[in-house]
Amino acid sequence: MNPISESPELMLATVISAGETAAFWVLGSIAVLAALGVVLLRKAVHSAIMLALVMTILAVFYGIHQAPFLMVVQIVVYTGAVLMLFLFVLMLVGVSSADSLTETIRGQRVLSAVVAACFLGALAIGLTRVRLGAPQGLDAGTAEAGGNVPWVALEVFHRYVIAFEATGALLIVAVLGALILAHQERRRRNSQRDQSRARIRGDHPTPLPGPGTYARHNAIDAPALLPDGSVAKLSINPILAAREEQPPEAPEVTGGSDEAHDALDQQPGQHTGEQDTDQRNTGTERGED
Amino acid sequence: MDPMNYILLAAVLFTIGAVGVLVRRNAIIVFMCVELMLNACNLAFVSFARMHGTIEGQIVAFFVMVVAAAEVVVGLAIIMQIFRTRRSASIDDASLLKH
Amino acid sequence: MTTILARDTMTQAQTLADTSATTGALGYSWLMIALPLASAAILLLGGRRVDPWGHWLGLATPLASFVLALVGLFALLDRTPAEREVVVQVYEWLSVGTFSVDVSLLLDPLSISFALLITGVGSLIHIYSVGYMAEDPGRRRFFAYLNLFLAAMLLLVLADNYALLFIGWEGVGLASYLLIGFWQYKPSAAVAAKKAFLINRVGDIGLLVALMVMFAALGSVTFEAVHASAGEAGTTMMTVLGLLLLLAACGKSAQLPLQAWLLDAMEGPTPVSALIHAATMVTAGVYLIVRSGPIFELAPAAQLTVAIVGAATMLAGAIIGCAKDDIKKALAGSTMSQIGMMVLAAGLGPVGYAYAIAHLLTHGFFKAGLFLGAGSVMHGMHDEVNMRRFGGLRSAMPITFATFGLGYLAIIGFPFLSGWWTKEGIIAAAFGYGVDAVDGGAVTGPVLGSLTLLVAGLTAFYMSRIMFLTFFGTRRWDADVHPHESPGSMTWPMILLAVGSVALGAVLVFGYRFAEFLQPATGAEVATFDLAAMLTDPIALAALAVMVLGVALAWYRYGRTDAQVPREQPPGTVVTVAARNDLYGDAVNETLFERPGQVLTRAAVTVDEKVVDGAVHGVAASVAGSSRALSRTQTGFGRSYALTMLLGAAVVVTAMLAVLAG
Repeated sequence: MNPISESPELMLATVISAGETAAFWVLGSIAVLAALGVVLLRKAVHSAIMLALVMTILAVFYGIHQAPFLMVVQIVVYTGAVLMLFLFVLMLVGVSSADSLTETIRGQRVLSAVVAACFLGALAIGLTRVRLGAPQGLDAGTAEAGGNVPWVALEVFHRYVIAFEATGALLIVAVLGALILAHQERRRRNSQRDQSRARIRGDHPTPLPGPGTYARHNAIDAPALLPDGSVAKLSINPILAAREEQPPEAPEVTGGSDEAHDALDQQPGQHTGEQDTDQRNTGTERGED
Repeated sequence: MDPMNYILLAAVLFTIGAVGVLVRRNAIIVFMCVELMLNACNLAFVSFARMHGTIEGQIVAFFVMVVAAAEVVVGLAIIMQIFRTRRSASIDDASLLKH
Repeated sequence: MTTILARDTMTQAQTLADTSATTGALGYSWLMIALPLASAAILLLGGRRVDPWGHWLGLATPLASFVLALVGLFALLDRTPAEREVVVQVYEWLSVGTFSVDVSLLLDPLSISFALLITGVGSLIHIYSVGYMAEDPGRRRFFAYLNLFLAAMLLLVLADNYALLFIGWEGVGLASYLLIGFWQYKPSAAVAAKKAFLINRVGDIGLLVALMVMFAALGSVTFEAVHASAGEAGTTMMTVLGLLLLLAACGKSAQLPLQAWLLDAMEGPTPVSALIHAATMVTAGVYLIVRSGPIFELAPAAQLTVAIVGAATMLAGAIIGCAKDDIKKALAGSTMSQIGMMVLAAGLGPVGYAYAIAHLLTHGFFKAGLFLGAGSVMHGMHDEVNMRRFGGLRSAMPITFATFGLGYLAIIGFPFLSGWWTKEGIIAAAFGYGVDAVDGGAVTGPVLGSLTLLVAGLTAFYMSRIMFLTFFGTRRWDADVHPHESPGSMTWPMILLAVGSVALGAVLVFGYRFAEFLQPATGAEVATFDLAAMLTDPIALAALAVMVLGVALAWYRYGRTDAQVPREQPPGTVVTVAARNDLYGDAVNETLFERPGQVLTRAAVTVDEKVVDGAVHGVAASVAGSSRALSRTQTGFGRSYALTMLLGAAVVVTAMLAVLAG
């Protein structure tokens, strides 16, 4: 069926051109650098962009390798759809879009590097021993099938039709699975009556203290003070607390008891103590300390 | 140029991806590194298709893409779910395999 | 042994109905066992709701069994002497290859005699128990155990093979255990029950091993087959078998060296002492030896050992009986002694079998009567058992005195009462033992005979002592005790047993009728009966003389009007103290078996703790340690595992390289 396998000697003439060699070295270097960037960059968004670069370069290589169909698929599906999905998720996950590079498992990095080096070394030694000669190219087959896409279609819908159907089923399952996993039960919207009942039954029948109450200024990030001068944590919006925005500056003390003064002094101090190092960068880090 | 260079490039990319999986903790980046490894494989497949003058490599690469797409969809959904329940996308937090 | 068996005409597959047809009324003899067994089951399973009528059911079944035994006796008497051996097959019990054991009953003169004794005396004691146990809340349970005992004992004597006999053997052991420990809230009773059970187990092992030897050497366990092929196995095998059976008999019949349990067994209710530990169960060893006569015939050494064991026990029991102040223990010593005498007679060979069994039957009556009398005394004396606190009871309890006195006269061998007839025969047979023998036999006979004579004198002494201490002399009882005669349900059985004590010996021995009746089972030649010769025999006269001597001595010590009997036990001679302590049987057991056993146990525990546990714990600890070390690699971090995967991939690639390069 395959015309090339019937007369391989005809195709041996295909030689890699100088232009392709240059393109390989330039694009290959960029791809390796970009891949390193995926691994090394701190922010996940940057990693995603680097990955997009690698994928695009690979798409170019596909083109060079006489696979125009895959080139288009690579760009549309990978760079377009899959990476967009990654970015969507990054956007949803939000605060954890940046990642700490400190290692928590002892020896993981060193071991990873050593093992990866061994792996790569073994692969490289093995691969450099293989001599394939000049590539045979796909021109003959493409010509016979009437183009790359018809050829791929011919193969997919004849020899690999069962696998193709199976991937169809796989995709359906994946979609359903993603739907179920990502789906959140929408709760019934509480009526005003329910809300008032819940409030009376809850810990706080009264509204939560607003920020800045009894404090020097009423900025949204300034915690309210309780009558004894301590800080009312409930007065800060939990989202702000989660994002670990800059804690309120200690208001200048012009009056009040010494206790209140101390409490006000202490509060910001604790915050600044927590915020140095890289922990401020991501909410995900908190669990690891 | 030796066409084997493409394969070597694929090997390098694959290893970088593997290292990324090993050293990064953000589940999304780990996922990206997995995609990188898959892409490296695809490059090898497509290169082999050209070297041998057969279309099979491209077909396999095509299937890899399909499967990778499905995997990404489900994987990201799982990450979303973990993030929702644990407020964290660090894969080390999900170290429940120990117990 | 002449064995003409109705079994020859039977096949294995025959049904019960067919069996009944061929054996007539004897076909229903299995009911003799089944009825008490069913009654025991009903009484035990029925619980409290059968309390009101439970003892009447428990009383009815032994009576029914007694009637069946009588029917069986007359059915046997209807047959010619040669045909008086009937096997009733109930069903095939187990069949393994060529070896099969049937549940089948052997009815012959020997077994029917025993069945009559067991059911007869048993029924009387059941009647007695209705009164004796009237106040006891556990009366229903008591009757259930008694019925269980009857069923097991009947199975023991009616079985036609050693395996079935063994079932009965174990059953009576169980019933004995349950009944000795009937008042299990009393620690002494619980300990005595345990002791009896344990010592009995030693004997049971003998029977069990004997069963195995029989199967291994002779390939069968039925009496018929074993006895028929006994000669083929050789004298050594028969000696081994005989000694094993003797061990079994020693355990059940409280013979030396397994005698220690019987005295303690008196902790049980008095009817139990009368029925099980005087009249029936303890005679099972005698039955076993007599039944296994053909085996002992072929093993003279084992037979002589039987005689020696019997003689030693006879003497030991008599000595113990002389010293005990507890009326039941004194009677228990007497039982030991009398059974020793029976075993001695059984050890004399076929000439002694008939006397052994005859004495067993008469002893069953008078000893049961004596025990019931003792129970009656205790009943009237607020459960006081110390004879030093009795005295002068003959006026307070005339019926008990009369019946006890008749039993007393019977046991000491007063002329023409039961004991005289049978004991004279044993003494004569002992003197006659081995007269034909060339070597040691000529000495053995007179020695055994003299011992028997001595024991006859001792018996007269200690029984007179009991009699005088209890019914004569000054009243030594406590101030708050008001002795009274027992109710009719207790006195009537005593009267009937007293009648048996008086007349049974004459019925059995006069004209050697019983010996003739037993002849198919024992195979002994029956001499011509000559009453005049019996009376003028020097041995008989000597026996009479020692009896009078014993009574006179007891009268001098305890019966005179001015004899002083202290209420507290006076210090005695070395022999007296030893006898009061059961001749140190417990001490011997403790030194020889208990202490070494404890040392062995402790050593085993040490070995177990140090060696076995050490090995186990060591293995466990090493496994745990290595697991802990391994578990450190299980961090739970997915990335660690991924690293391992990559390492594996690297190894695979390297291995492929190596293979391809190589």
